[in-house]
Amino acid sequence: MIGRCLASLLVVLATWSSTSIANDVLAFDAPEQQQRYRILIEELRCPKCQNQNLEDSNAGIAIDLRNQVYKMINDGQSNEQIIDYMVARYGEFVLYRPVHNASTALLWYGPFALVVIGTLIFVLVIVRNKRHQSKKDSES
Amino acid sequence: MKKLLFFIPLIAFIALGVVFYQQLGKDTEYMPSALVGQPMPEFKLVDMASDSVVSNEAMPDEPYLLNFWATWCPSCSAEHAYLGELAEQGVNIVGIDYKDETPAAKQWLVERGNPYSLVLLDEMGKFGVDMGITGAPETFVVSATGKILYRHQGVVNEEVWQTLKEYM
Repeated sequence: MIGRCLASLLVVLATWSSTSIANDVLAFDAPEQQQRYRILIEELRCPKCQNQNLEDSNAGIAIDLRNQVYKMINDGQSNEQIIDYMVARYGEFVLYRPVHNASTALLWYGPFALVVIGTLIFVLVIVRNKRHQSKKDSES
Repeated sequence: MKKLLFFIPLIAFIALGVVFYQQLGKDTEYMPSALVGQPMPEFKLVDMASDSVVSNEAMPDEPYLLNFWATWCPSCSAEHAYLGELAEQGVNIVGIDYKDETPAAKQWLVERGNPYSLVLLDEMGKFGVDMGITGAPETFVVSATGKILYRHQGVVNEEVWQTLKEYM
Protein backbone atom coordinates (compact mmCIF):
# COMPACT_ATOMS: atom_id res chain seq x y z
CA MET A 1 0.00 0.00 0.00
CA ILE A 2 2.70 2.45 1.09
CA GLY A 3 4.82 1.33 -1.83
CA ARG A 4 2.01 2.04 -4.24
CA CYS A 5 1.47 5.49 -2.71
CA LEU A 6 5.14 6.29 -3.07
CA ALA A 7 5.15 5.03 -6.64
CA SER A 8 2.21 7.24 -7.64
CA LEU A 9 3.81 10.17 -5.83
CA LEU A 10 6.98 9.62 -7.86
CA VAL A 11 4.98 9.55 -11.08
CA VAL A 12 3.25 12.80 -10.12
CA LEU A 13 6.53 14.47 -9.21
CA ALA A 14 8.20 13.27 -12.40
CA THR A 15 5.47 14.61 -14.67
CA TRP A 16 5.21 17.84 -12.69
CA SER A 17 8.92 18.61 -12.99
CA SER A 18 8.99 17.78 -16.69
CA THR A 19 6.09 20.16 -17.41
CA SER A 20 7.73 22.98 -15.46
CA ILE A 21 10.93 22.49 -17.44
CA ALA A 22 8.96 22.37 -20.68
CA ASN A 23 7.73 25.93 -20.02
CA ASP A 24 11.28 27.20 -20.20
CA VAL A 25 12.12 25.62 -23.54
CA LEU A 26 12.31 28.20 -26.29
CA ALA A 27 11.93 27.33 -29.91
CA PHE A 28 14.67 28.47 -32.28
CA ASP A 29 14.88 28.13 -36.05
CA ALA A 30 18.48 26.97 -35.91
CA PRO A 31 20.73 25.45 -33.22
CA GLU A 32 23.19 28.26 -33.98
CA GLN A 33 20.58 30.78 -32.77
CA GLN A 34 20.09 28.88 -29.54
CA GLN A 35 23.85 28.93 -29.02
CA ARG A 36 23.90 32.74 -29.56
CA TYR A 37 20.99 33.17 -27.15
CA ARG A 38 22.81 31.20 -24.48
CA ILE A 39 26.03 33.18 -24.91
CA LEU A 40 24.22 36.54 -24.93
CA ILE A 41 22.20 35.97 -21.77
CA GLU A 42 25.37 34.73 -20.12
CA GLU A 43 27.34 37.86 -21.08
CA LEU A 44 24.64 40.44 -20.38
CA ARG A 45 24.35 41.59 -16.81
CA CYS A 46 21.05 41.92 -14.99
CA PRO A 47 20.59 45.64 -14.22
CA LYS A 48 18.52 44.88 -11.13
CA CYS A 49 20.53 42.23 -9.30
CA GLN A 50 23.90 43.50 -10.24
CA ASN A 51 26.07 40.47 -9.65
CA GLN A 52 24.05 38.10 -11.79
CA ASN A 53 23.75 37.74 -15.51
CA LEU A 54 20.42 37.59 -17.33
CA GLU A 55 20.57 33.82 -17.35
CA ASP A 56 20.86 33.44 -13.58
CA SER A 57 18.49 36.15 -12.50
CA ASN A 58 14.80 35.75 -11.87
CA ALA A 59 14.15 39.47 -11.44
CA GLY A 60 11.21 40.70 -13.50
CA ILE A 61 13.43 42.91 -15.62
CA ALA A 62 15.86 40.05 -16.33
CA ILE A 63 12.98 37.92 -17.60
CA ASP A 64 11.82 40.80 -19.83
CA LEU A 65 15.32 41.32 -21.20
CA ARG A 66 15.79 37.59 -21.84
CA ASN A 67 12.55 37.61 -23.81
CA GLN A 68 13.76 40.66 -25.70
CA VAL A 69 17.03 38.90 -26.61
CA TYR A 70 15.03 35.87 -27.74
CA LYS A 71 12.71 38.03 -29.83
CA MET A 72 15.55 39.94 -31.45
CA ILE A 73 17.42 36.74 -32.35
CA ASN A 74 14.31 35.28 -33.93
CA ASP A 75 13.82 38.56 -35.82
CA GLY A 76 17.21 37.94 -37.39
CA GLN A 77 19.13 40.70 -35.59
CA SER A 78 22.86 40.34 -35.10
CA ASN A 79 24.63 40.05 -31.74
CA GLU A 80 25.96 43.55 -32.28
CA GLN A 81 22.47 44.97 -32.76
CA ILE A 82 21.24 43.24 -29.61
CA ILE A 83 24.18 44.49 -27.55
CA ASP A 84 23.74 48.03 -28.90
CA TYR A 85 20.06 47.87 -27.97
CA MET A 86 20.92 46.93 -24.37
CA VAL A 87 23.72 49.48 -24.04
CA ALA A 88 21.47 52.27 -25.36
CA ARG A 89 19.05 51.57 -22.52
CA TYR A 90 21.17 50.35 -19.63
CA GLY A 91 24.63 51.68 -20.44
CA GLU A 92 27.89 49.78 -20.73
CA PHE A 93 27.16 48.58 -17.25
CA VAL A 94 25.22 45.62 -18.69
CA LEU A 95 28.26 44.22 -20.47
CA TYR A 96 30.13 41.54 -18.55
CA ARG A 97 32.67 41.80 -21.37
CA PRO A 98 33.57 45.52 -21.37
CA VAL A 99 34.26 47.30 -24.66
CA HIS A 100 37.84 48.29 -25.52
CA ASN A 101 38.24 52.06 -25.22
CA ALA A 102 40.32 54.65 -23.41
CA SER A 103 38.45 54.34 -20.11
CA THR A 104 38.73 50.55 -20.04
CA ALA A 105 42.33 50.36 -21.32
CA LEU A 106 43.73 49.94 -17.81
CA LEU A 107 41.26 47.15 -17.15
CA TRP A 108 42.10 45.25 -20.34
CA TYR A 109 45.84 45.88 -20.65
CA GLY A 110 46.82 46.71 -17.05
CA PRO A 111 47.45 43.05 -16.11
CA PHE A 112 49.73 42.55 -19.14
CA ALA A 113 51.65 45.71 -18.24
CA LEU A 114 52.05 44.39 -14.68
CA VAL A 115 53.33 41.04 -15.97
CA VAL A 116 55.90 42.83 -18.15
CA ILE A 117 57.04 45.07 -15.28
CA GLY A 118 57.19 42.10 -12.92
CA THR A 119 59.24 40.03 -15.37
CA LEU A 120 61.64 42.93 -15.91
CA ILE A 121 62.18 43.35 -12.17
CA PHE A 122 62.57 39.59 -11.76
CA VAL A 123 65.21 39.38 -14.52
CA LEU A 124 67.00 42.46 -13.20
CA VAL A 125 67.23 41.05 -9.67
CA ILE A 126 68.52 37.69 -10.94
CA VAL A 127 71.16 39.27 -13.18
CA ARG A 128 72.30 41.47 -10.35
CA ASN A 129 72.53 38.61 -7.88
CA LYS A 130 74.49 36.58 -10.41
CA ARG A 131 76.97 39.40 -10.95
CA HIS A 132 77.27 39.84 -7.21
CA GLN A 133 77.86 36.14 -6.78
CA SER A 134 80.54 35.92 -9.51
CA LYS A 135 82.30 38.97 -8.05
CA LYS A 136 82.38 37.25 -4.67
CA ASP A 137 83.63 34.02 -6.28
CA SER A 138 86.48 35.79 -8.08
CA GLU A 139 87.45 37.66 -4.88
CA SER A 140 87.69 34.49 -2.82
CA MET B 1 67.68 55.73 -3.31
CA LYS B 2 67.75 52.05 -2.43
CA LYS B 3 65.98 52.69 0.83
CA LEU B 4 63.17 54.40 -1.04
CA LEU B 5 62.45 51.12 -2.84
CA PHE B 6 61.51 49.55 0.48
CA PHE B 7 58.69 52.05 0.81
CA ILE B 8 57.02 51.01 -2.44
CA PRO B 9 54.69 48.49 -0.73
CA LEU B 10 53.69 51.11 1.84
CA ILE B 11 53.01 53.68 -0.87
CA ALA B 12 50.95 51.14 -2.83
CA PHE B 13 49.05 50.30 0.35
CA ILE B 14 48.25 53.95 1.06
CA ALA B 15 47.17 54.55 -2.56
CA LEU B 16 44.80 51.56 -2.43
CA GLY B 17 43.56 52.70 0.97
CA VAL B 18 42.66 56.13 -0.41
CA VAL B 19 40.83 54.60 -3.39
CA PHE B 20 38.81 52.22 -1.22
CA TYR B 21 38.10 54.87 1.42
CA GLN B 22 36.54 57.11 -1.21
CA GLN B 23 34.16 54.32 -2.19
CA LEU B 24 32.99 53.75 1.40
CA GLY B 25 29.39 54.67 2.16
CA LYS B 26 28.46 54.97 -1.50
CA ASP B 27 25.18 53.44 -2.61
CA THR B 28 26.21 50.17 -4.22
CA GLU B 29 22.88 49.88 -6.03
CA TYR B 30 23.32 53.25 -7.72
CA MET B 31 23.55 53.00 -11.47
CA PRO B 32 23.71 56.02 -13.76
CA SER B 33 21.02 56.07 -16.42
CA ALA B 34 22.16 55.74 -20.02
CA LEU B 35 19.29 58.01 -21.04
CA VAL B 36 20.20 61.18 -19.14
CA GLY B 37 20.74 63.94 -21.69
CA GLN B 38 18.88 62.00 -24.37
CA PRO B 39 15.45 62.78 -25.79
CA MET B 40 12.63 60.60 -24.53
CA PRO B 41 12.32 57.41 -26.63
CA GLU B 42 9.40 57.26 -29.08
CA PHE B 43 6.40 55.50 -27.62
CA LYS B 44 2.81 54.54 -28.30
CA LEU B 45 0.91 53.81 -25.12
CA VAL B 46 -2.72 53.61 -24.07
CA ASP B 47 -3.97 56.55 -22.02
CA MET B 48 -5.85 55.22 -18.99
CA ALA B 49 -8.45 58.00 -18.96
CA SER B 50 -9.42 58.09 -22.63
CA ASP B 51 -8.52 54.48 -23.48
CA SER B 52 -6.88 55.71 -26.69
CA VAL B 53 -3.32 55.35 -27.98
CA VAL B 54 -1.13 58.39 -27.44
CA SER B 55 2.48 59.18 -28.35
CA ASN B 56 5.20 61.65 -27.36
CA GLU B 57 3.09 64.67 -28.38
CA ALA B 58 0.70 63.96 -25.51
CA MET B 59 3.40 64.78 -22.95
CA PRO B 60 3.25 68.10 -21.05
CA ASP B 61 5.02 71.11 -22.57
CA GLU B 62 6.52 72.08 -19.22
CA PRO B 63 9.12 70.23 -17.13
CA TYR B 64 7.51 67.23 -15.47
CA LEU B 65 8.17 64.07 -13.49
CA LEU B 66 7.72 60.73 -15.19
CA ASN B 67 6.88 58.21 -12.50
CA PHE B 68 6.81 54.43 -13.05
CA TRP B 69 4.47 52.77 -10.58
CA ALA B 70 2.33 49.67 -10.12
CA THR B 71 -0.18 48.33 -7.65
CA TRP B 72 2.04 45.28 -6.99
CA CYS B 73 4.90 47.47 -5.83
CA PRO B 74 5.08 48.19 -2.07
CA SER B 75 7.46 51.15 -2.43
CA CYS B 76 5.01 52.78 -4.86
CA SER B 77 2.42 52.57 -2.13
CA ALA B 78 4.88 54.29 0.22
CA GLU B 79 5.57 57.19 -2.11
CA HIS B 80 2.01 57.70 -3.35
CA ALA B 81 0.98 60.14 -0.61
CA TYR B 82 4.07 62.29 -1.21
CA LEU B 83 3.41 62.40 -4.97
CA GLY B 84 -0.07 63.68 -4.05
CA GLU B 85 1.52 66.49 -2.06
CA LEU B 86 3.80 67.40 -4.97
CA ALA B 87 0.84 67.45 -7.37
CA GLU B 88 -0.96 69.82 -4.99
CA GLN B 89 2.06 72.12 -5.10
CA GLY B 90 1.58 72.24 -8.86
CA VAL B 91 4.22 69.73 -9.98
CA ASN B 92 3.21 68.05 -13.21
CA ILE B 93 3.54 64.27 -12.80
CA VAL B 94 2.95 61.75 -15.57
CA GLY B 95 2.39 58.21 -14.34
CA ILE B 96 3.35 55.05 -16.18
CA ASP B 97 1.38 52.11 -14.88
CA TYR B 98 4.11 49.51 -15.25
CA LYS B 99 3.26 45.83 -15.90
CA ASP B 100 0.03 46.12 -13.98
CA GLU B 101 -3.62 45.09 -14.10
CA THR B 102 -5.56 48.10 -15.35
CA PRO B 103 -8.74 47.59 -13.25
CA ALA B 104 -6.66 47.31 -10.06
CA ALA B 105 -4.69 50.41 -11.05
CA LYS B 106 -7.87 52.41 -11.70
CA GLN B 107 -9.25 51.39 -8.33
CA TRP B 108 -5.97 52.32 -6.60
CA LEU B 109 -6.18 55.84 -8.04
CA VAL B 110 -9.82 56.20 -7.00
CA GLU B 111 -9.10 55.04 -3.46
CA ARG B 112 -5.83 56.89 -2.85
CA GLY B 113 -6.21 59.92 -5.06
CA ASN B 114 -4.64 60.57 -8.44
CA PRO B 115 -1.48 62.73 -8.46
CA TYR B 116 -0.97 62.25 -12.21
CA SER B 117 -1.93 64.65 -14.98
CA LEU B 118 -1.78 61.69 -17.35
CA VAL B 119 -1.55 57.94 -16.74
CA LEU B 120 -0.25 55.70 -19.53
CA LEU B 121 -0.42 51.93 -19.47
CA ASP B 122 2.76 49.94 -20.05
CA GLU B 123 1.26 46.51 -19.58
CA MET B 124 4.09 44.52 -21.17
CA GLY B 125 6.88 46.66 -19.72
CA LYS B 126 8.18 47.52 -23.21
CA PHE B 127 8.35 51.26 -22.54
CA GLY B 128 10.00 50.48 -19.21
CA VAL B 129 12.79 48.67 -21.06
CA ASP B 130 13.11 51.56 -23.53
CA MET B 131 13.54 53.90 -20.56
CA GLY B 132 16.11 51.56 -19.02
CA ILE B 133 14.24 51.01 -15.77
CA THR B 134 15.05 48.07 -13.52
CA GLY B 135 11.86 48.01 -11.48
CA ALA B 136 9.31 50.25 -9.85
CA PRO B 137 9.19 52.91 -8.57
CA GLU B 138 11.47 54.97 -10.76
CA THR B 139 11.12 58.66 -11.44
CA PHE B 140 12.60 60.74 -14.25
CA VAL B 141 12.79 64.50 -14.59
CA VAL B 142 11.90 65.43 -18.18
CA SER B 143 12.34 68.90 -19.67
CA ALA B 144 9.67 70.86 -21.53
CA THR B 145 11.28 69.79 -24.81
CA GLY B 146 11.17 66.12 -23.85
CA LYS B 147 14.78 65.66 -22.81
CA ILE B 148 15.56 63.33 -19.91
CA LEU B 149 17.43 65.28 -17.24
CA TYR B 150 17.61 63.01 -14.22
CA ARG B 151 16.64 59.55 -13.03
CA HIS B 152 15.87 58.45 -9.48
CA GLN B 153 15.44 54.81 -8.52
CA GLY B 154 13.26 54.10 -5.49
CA VAL B 155 10.85 56.05 -3.35
CA VAL B 156 10.45 59.80 -3.89
CA ASN B 157 10.25 61.68 -0.60
CA GLU B 158 10.97 65.15 0.75
CA GLU B 159 14.73 64.59 0.63
CA VAL B 160 14.77 63.15 -2.90
CA TRP B 161 12.51 65.95 -4.11
CA GLN B 162 15.17 68.50 -3.09
CA THR B 163 17.46 66.89 -5.67
CA LEU B 164 14.78 66.44 -8.34
CA LYS B 165 13.72 70.08 -7.94
CA GLU B 166 17.18 71.22 -9.05
CA TYR B 167 16.54 69.69 -12.47
CA MET B 168 12.98 70.96 -12.97
